[in-house]
Amino acid sequence: MPETYTDTEIMRILRETKTIAMVGASAKWQRPSYFAMKYLQQKGYRVIPVNPGQAGGEILGEMVYATLADIPEQYEMVDIFRNSAAALSITQEAIALAEEKGIRTIWMQLGVINDEAAALARAAGLSVIMDRCPKIEFGRLNAELSWGGFNSGVISARRRRIS
Amino acid sequence: MTRRKTPEYGFETRMVHAGAQPEPVTGARQTPIFQNTSYVFHDADDAASLFNLQSFGFIYSRLTNPTTAVLEERLASLEGGRGTTCSASGHSAQLLAFFAIMEPGDRFIASNKLYGGSVTQFGKTFQKFGWHCDFVDFDEPDAITNALTPKTKAIFCEALANPGGVVTDIEAAAAIAREAGIPLIVDNTMATPYLCRPIEWGADIVLHSTTKFLSGNGTSMGGAVVDSGLFDWGQNDRFPGLAAPEPAYHGLNFWESFGDMALTMHGHAIGLRDLGPTMAPMNAFQTILGIESLAMRMQRHCENAMKVATFLENHARVAWVRYAGLPSSPYHARAQKYLSGGFGSVFTFGVKGGYEAGLKVVESCCLFSHLANIGDARSLILHPASTTHRQLTTEQRDTAGAGDDVIRLSIGVETPEDLIRDLNEALG
Repeated sequence: MPETYTDTEIMRILRETKTIAMVGASAKWQRPSYFAMKYLQQKGYRVIPVNPGQAGGEILGEMVYATLADIPEQYEMVDIFRNSAAALSITQEAIALAEEKGIRTIWMQLGVINDEAAALARAAGLSVIMDRCPKIEFGRLNAELSWGGFNSGVISARRRRIS
Repeated sequence: MTRRKTPEYGFETRMVHAGAQPEPVTGARQTPIFQNTSYVFHDADDAASLFNLQSFGFIYSRLTNPTTAVLEERLASLEGGRGTTCSASGHSAQLLAFFAIMEPGDRFIASNKLYGGSVTQFGKTFQKFGWHCDFVDFDEPDAITNALTPKTKAIFCEALANPGGVVTDIEAAAAIAREAGIPLIVDNTMATPYLCRPIEWGADIVLHSTTKFLSGNGTSMGGAVVDSGLFDWGQNDRFPGLAAPEPAYHGLNFWESFGDMALTMHGHAIGLRDLGPTMAPMNAFQTILGIESLAMRMQRHCENAMKVATFLENHARVAWVRYAGLPSSPYHARAQKYLSGGFGSVFTFGVKGGYEAGLKVVESCCLFSHLANIGDARSLILHPASTTHRQLTTEQRDTAGAGDDVIRLSIGVETPEDLIRDLNEALG
């Protein structure tokens, strides 16, 4: 059974997060990770790319690191743009770094599902989202996804506050 | 921290709310009409992100428009789909849907019991793109399967066919499509999502002429492609337009980049951008207003249709009535399975005396409008053989349920006794 998450829970995670370590970020503009990184930057998030093959280079103005441990700053979320199997070792690394780096959420991208990794992270007190994209969820909950004709599932008669 | 589960709202709630939160800048409660062609960029980088489809937003109303987007989300919600691409008409919705999945030389299979305009579009005009339609009888066992070829890219039918009172076995067609690795496309114009939601029965894509019951007022042309988001475009190599690098978008792979949003992204970013059949914002607004009363209108349409059909079936001058709501219909049992809350309001009947007698009835009505449309709040009457199905051969007309003696009714929401009196007097 795929996991379901409440809008409230996803909203809380997106609000609590300021900096995201994106594992599997790509420098190619056609790649989904590049789309997500650029969008999240526009929405005010700092996104730090992690990709051993491109370590030392730059993606969208940010230095690329080889591993999560190499990132010198604090980050609240680890966003996994790798295959489901790879998510386990990345999650284990994140759990070990959680206290030092301030990691609170393990987020696995669309199509990335690893129940073992999720159980370990939750046991360590971290929030886990699987098989979702933070860009799509941010857009969905802020009525931007609706602009493209998509079913956001959001019904509300409240007037949204815009800054 | 509240852990309120995301509530699932009922049909009538979504009918008036889905896609339309209060407009945040002004607080306007009703959806504003953005009668506007183009949208200001924050800066060059913002423009680049929008053109690369990296951020959500508006560029130019040929692709997306805020008013039309409300209608699109509302239809996606009512049909249980992932997203919708609206278009200028039902015919252009068919063009957009096939444009995303067909290449020159490809084929698709369609029911031979279709709206006459679709038969002509599929059988004649689509040939100019190198798209070939194989029409088969969906009620014939194995007819669909036998027509499958390696070049077949889709199966198409109407949930409730216009005008013959035919109900398609959507589940059976969906099983064949799934096995073949191709999408099932279902036109749901006649049933509307109030009576039938084809995605729940296995359809991958649902099409609408929003001109009909959804608008309901006979004011606005429109069409819609509702994508379920459930079809795996990458399961084989048959859909390069969606799951291979797209040359019309710098090699972007829509399926890889947008997943279950791929078809709707393609519908706007390629289909509307390059073919151009955009729905006018004013038409989107009129259709949004129409949908606000869809459930109540459909209930009344269906109740009235049942009364009129029953009256006609018992009339001495009527040879036959084809309405899926009548126990005499061969499609009655199937209609009870696929339709809930009524059997639609469009049906046909034959007058004893054939072509001339039929035309005389059409011309003698005072309350029924003689015109070529369906799904209006007003009752409509038409002789398909001399109008909508005129371009077809005699054989095609008979197959489509539009033979010489056939009269088509689209029953409106008027007082039913008035409709019965008008027909009774016209029958003489």
